[in-house]
Amino acid sequence: MSAQQVLFDVPGPKARVRHRLIAVLGLLAILAVLAFILFRMDEKGQLAADKWTSLFEASAWTNYFLPGIWDLVRAAVVAIILSMVLGLLLAMGRMSDLLPLRWATTVFVEFFRAVPVLIMMIFTFFYLANQEWSNDSWNPFIGVVVGLTLYNSSVLCEVIRSGVGSLPSGQREAGLSIGLNPSQVRRSILVPQALTSMLPTIVSQIIVIVKDSALGYIILYPELLTQARNLSSSRGNVLQAYLFAALIFILINYALSKLAEALENRQRRKAAGAGKKAKQDQQDGEEGVGGSTDESVQHNTQTSQATGS
Amino acid sequence: MLELIEEFNVLAAFWMTIKLALLSGFFALVIGTFVAILRLSPVAILSWAGAAYVTLIRNTPLTLIILFTSLGLWGQLGFEPASRDSPTFIVDLNFRLAVLGLSVYHAAFVCEAIRSGVNTIPLGQAEASRSIGLTFAQGLRHVILPQAFRGAITPLGNVMIALTKNTTVAVAIGVAEAAAALRNMIEFRPDVIFLNFFVIALGFVILTLPLGLLTSYASEKLVVKR
Repeated sequence: MSAQQVLFDVPGPKARVRHRLIAVLGLLAILAVLAFILFRMDEKGQLAADKWTSLFEASAWTNYFLPGIWDLVRAAVVAIILSMVLGLLLAMGRMSDLLPLRWATTVFVEFFRAVPVLIMMIFTFFYLANQEWSNDSWNPFIGVVVGLTLYNSSVLCEVIRSGVGSLPSGQREAGLSIGLNPSQVRRSILVPQALTSMLPTIVSQIIVIVKDSALGYIILYPELLTQARNLSSSRGNVLQAYLFAALIFILINYALSKLAEALENRQRRKAAGAGKKAKQDQQDGEEGVGGSTDESVQHNTQTSQATGS
Repeated sequence: MLELIEEFNVLAAFWMTIKLALLSGFFALVIGTFVAILRLSPVAILSWAGAAYVTLIRNTPLTLIILFTSLGLWGQLGFEPASRDSPTFIVDLNFRLAVLGLSVYHAAFVCEAIRSGVNTIPLGQAEASRSIGLTFAQGLRHVILPQAFRGAITPLGNVMIALTKNTTVAVAIGVAEAAAALRNMIEFRPDVIFLNFFVIALGFVILTLPLGLLTSYASEKLVVKR
């Protein structure tokens, strides 16, 4: 059931007329805004054809966009892998039976979740720049990766922990009753299941990583945004280059968010096949005005993609 | 440490961070609520426009948006939200452009937070408001939105925390906030680089920790008991 069917009645003849009127007015308002922007761009000479066509020259791609995308992907992939590994270790630490280990990882996670990614990037970058042994050409890359990893591993740690928390308690009990010790239960029963059920959340965290790697601009890492600036300073098309870079980011992230959605749907179907009755009861309880349960599931898993961090 | 804080005016930098966060938070809430209403509205084109806004903005990096307000909107299109006569022209301009960028970006997340708040309201509430003859606008105003805000406190609080941390991106267009202070401190006092980092990081812990506690307190206090 969609929100639309609940929040208002099926429109009658009068309401349909009114809706059509509002639709026309809304469309006019949207067109007016677009027209204003285009008019303004024309006035400032931003619609000149060469400012746009230079985005599609082969040299713009081979010298700027493709290296930019490659550097973006490189930093994002390394950061994702490291965050997963570190996040897993942190989650193990936070769930461990050793009190000092639990404290240490808790402080680590809470601290790095509270500190902005950019602060960690700036610190790492300048710290390395002040060290004699470091290779200057690698500093921006390492700065970006370290900043992203510290933050996202802390977030993924919490994601994994909440995944373990949402498993039925029978899983743990069954593991204990066949003679595994608590840490074996966590390693071989709980965490693997949590990882699978958290897969969509982990994919949406990748969107956050891709977006945050654009922060590398500030510490001179030559990712897509920096390359857009370089392109614009050689072709004099600032507006166009940035808009185009935004378009590439949006396409990448949109594709990732669709992937996360598809994974989530697949898991829901699988869960529905396994325990139809239990799932059905749960859904009945969850249904709200917004109707669709997928929304509430998405928002229960609090990731930074939902908060804009 | 105190001497470091005094020398580099760390408190002034954090005051700038707080100002950015509060102003952008306010505007993001206003824009976000407006977009959420668009998304929930019965008119297809409006809800489509709201959805388009959220999809486009949410998938764009904040760094790009903030740079665009300065290099694109101001530099290329001549959008100038400050007066050139003022002695603090550049400071005002960059601050306002940063607030604009932060508000526009976080409005998309506020919209999603409010929608998730709407999801916490039982169907009966909407049905009841319709059955006593309230129109869509009336139902939204008196029944749905008040409950949605109360149900959305946790996600809204999380957006606010993220916003506070994201104000650091304003350093990209030269706003003198905490990240800029850190850069200064490292440049002039590289000998105490760890302490520099710790001071600024601690500032953010001090800002975001109470926000988190306040959020969980308020969400428990204000949740609609059912």
